[in-house]
Amino acid sequence: MTGPEPVSVTMAQAINAALGDAISADERVLVFGEDVGALGGVFRVTDGLAAKFGDDRCFDTPLAEAGITGFAVGMAMGGFRPVIEMQFDAFAYPAFEQIASHVAKMRNRTRGRVELPIVIRIPYGGGIGSVEHHCDSSEGYYAHTPGLKVVTPATVDDAYSLLREAIDDPDPVIFMEPKKLYWSKKDVALPARTAPFGRSEVRRPGADATLVAYGPSVPVALEAAEAAAAEGWDLEVVDLRTVVPFDDGGVAASVRKTGRCVVISEAAGFAGVGAEVAARVQERCFHSLAAPVLRVTGFDIPYPPPMLERHHLPGVDRILDALDRLQRDDEPDTRYLDLDGAA
Amino acid sequence: MTDVRLDGRASDGGPGALLPSARPVRFLTDAGAAARPRPRYPAPGPDLLRRAYRAMVVGRRFDAQATALTKQGRLAVYPSSHGQEACQVGAVLALDDGDWLFPTYRESVALVTRGIDPAEALSLLRGDAHCGYDPHRYRVAPQCTPLATQTVHAAGLAYAEQRKGTGRVALACVGDGGTSEGDFHEALNFAAVFKAPAVFFVQNNEYAISVPLERQTAAPSLAYKGVGYGIRSERVDGNDPVAVLAVLAAAVEHARSGNGPFLVEAHTYRLESHTNADDATRYRADSEPEEWRRRDPIARLEAYLRRRGHLTDEDVAAAAAEAEDLAARTRAALNADPHPAPLDLFEHVYGTPTPQLDEQRAFLRDELEAEEVQS
Repeated sequence: MTGPEPVSVTMAQAINAALGDAISADERVLVFGEDVGALGGVFRVTDGLAAKFGDDRCFDTPLAEAGITGFAVGMAMGGFRPVIEMQFDAFAYPAFEQIASHVAKMRNRTRGRVELPIVIRIPYGGGIGSVEHHCDSSEGYYAHTPGLKVVTPATVDDAYSLLREAIDDPDPVIFMEPKKLYWSKKDVALPARTAPFGRSEVRRPGADATLVAYGPSVPVALEAAEAAAAEGWDLEVVDLRTVVPFDDGGVAASVRKTGRCVVISEAAGFAGVGAEVAARVQERCFHSLAAPVLRVTGFDIPYPPPMLERHHLPGVDRILDALDRLQRDDEPDTRYLDLDGAA
Repeated sequence: MTDVRLDGRASDGGPGALLPSARPVRFLTDAGAAARPRPRYPAPGPDLLRRAYRAMVVGRRFDAQATALTKQGRLAVYPSSHGQEACQVGAVLALDDGDWLFPTYRESVALVTRGIDPAEALSLLRGDAHCGYDPHRYRVAPQCTPLATQTVHAAGLAYAEQRKGTGRVALACVGDGGTSEGDFHEALNFAAVFKAPAVFFVQNNEYAISVPLERQTAAPSLAYKGVGYGIRSERVDGNDPVAVLAVLAAAVEHARSGNGPFLVEAHTYRLESHTNADDATRYRADSEPEEWRRRDPIARLEAYLRRRGHLTDEDVAAAAAEAEDLAARTRAALNADPHPAPLDLFEHVYGTPTPQLDEQRAFLRDELEAEEVQS
């Protein structure tokens, strides 16, 4: 028996297929949110689901994110498996209380007697030329909230597989979809199954340094690795895939091998997921490191307007620049301002 | 088209059909005599009223016991519902066993009325990490502290029950302060749009900690908040147990019959401070609670039932004995020193702990073992 032939699929189509297959596989799975019905979502990710499976399986709700999320909590308590959509990253903030106080804590507050198998899909990140409130990298808020799993695919087959796993998971999952990768394509045979939660993937093997990236930054890291190869650097690119649970073992194995590490994240760097990765790497790999762990992240500013976003987002040049600073010599890094006035 | 409302009033299907009564529905005068004019809601029968009486007496004693235990350091905090017994008991007696209750932190008396063990009902207030009881067993959600957030859960659960065709109803408790929270409004809206069998039960006890009602709303009554969402709404004398039971029964029946949600505002009063940590004398006159004590729900129902021959001295003594028994059990359970296991802190964060939590659990275990060696 042979599986289906690989065909070119976009990430948005893969997510759509995962939702459809989950609806087919389990009568408890419901998809709801703003504009997910007849319109198919503003990114068309739920295109055709209402028509194919009925508007009681994929349906529109009032425009109220806390309401959508709290409603999902009640429906999950009533035995359903809601997959809800927040239309954009920054529009999920009204739901934050429901997410932080209830979605994340219900299992703990009931000693495991009430599970909330809810998936909250959030299109996130920038690079699509959009206006304010449409481009936030909000993963840090969720990753900092115990009780949530935080998943973000960078490839088409991962988008399918991780979403199916998220929907099957007994715990709530924040499923963060990189908007700028919605239209990325790959030849895949669906239904694809990739590695489970908690496992990072080496997207490009290399020996000289490790680039750790996730979601929208993975293709940027791969591009930088290609450019670096022309300069004689052999870089390894690690895709986290799931921020929570975090793959300490996979990341540490790569860094222990290469001895150098640059973490790449679109989000503001301060107190972000990139900072957490850098801290974990130096805690676990200090004696293997030949240079400080560097971060290439967004600046600590509100997400910039579309005309300026290219200056904010981690790009190939900035990553290559970081590689140059991975201290091949014993000179101190002169990039940091002398803020304590000691020098 | 004309239909007939549950209270017997004819309606033309317009917004007027949703409006609450001009004055709170009451069956009893403050002294417990039959009020005039008689409300058009069907009156609850004597058996239910006798149950309500017993539950209120038991509930009041439990509440006093919990307050005393808090003063003795056995509870971290206790929000009393003294004076609100008609609402606490009515919310539970209006429901069938299969229906769901979504309580706030002030609903401990309702929980005990539902049959939850007193020690379990007080778990969170005792300072434990969990609600104590099994929510699925009692169909009672964990007591909710972030205001009004549980009302949306009730809407969602009610919709789930409607989809499953169980005929079950969800009743969400909320206070007057909670009606100012956005989640309350989103809950009303979702329940109405999805025609979910949910009852929203507002216990308007006049104060949100220290803030009086006039600072919460400019609406003629909190019950009017339902009308804008297309929800049938009613207001009731919350210290009249007969009226509370009558109106909640109608509300539950309305929801169960597929007519969508129902909002009830009960006018009642918090006789005690917000919690033991609060001092109500800083924001209200002493004469105010004294005024409300004259409308005591237990005294009113006792007078009513005695006058009608439905309550004897023996019944009153039996209720008092039951109350003492529960208070004794509560004391015994809470005077035993709890021994929460520190390593359990990692047990229910996820269904399967992450490797990071396993690491942290091992770290704490080592610390505990080192402590044991030292001591």
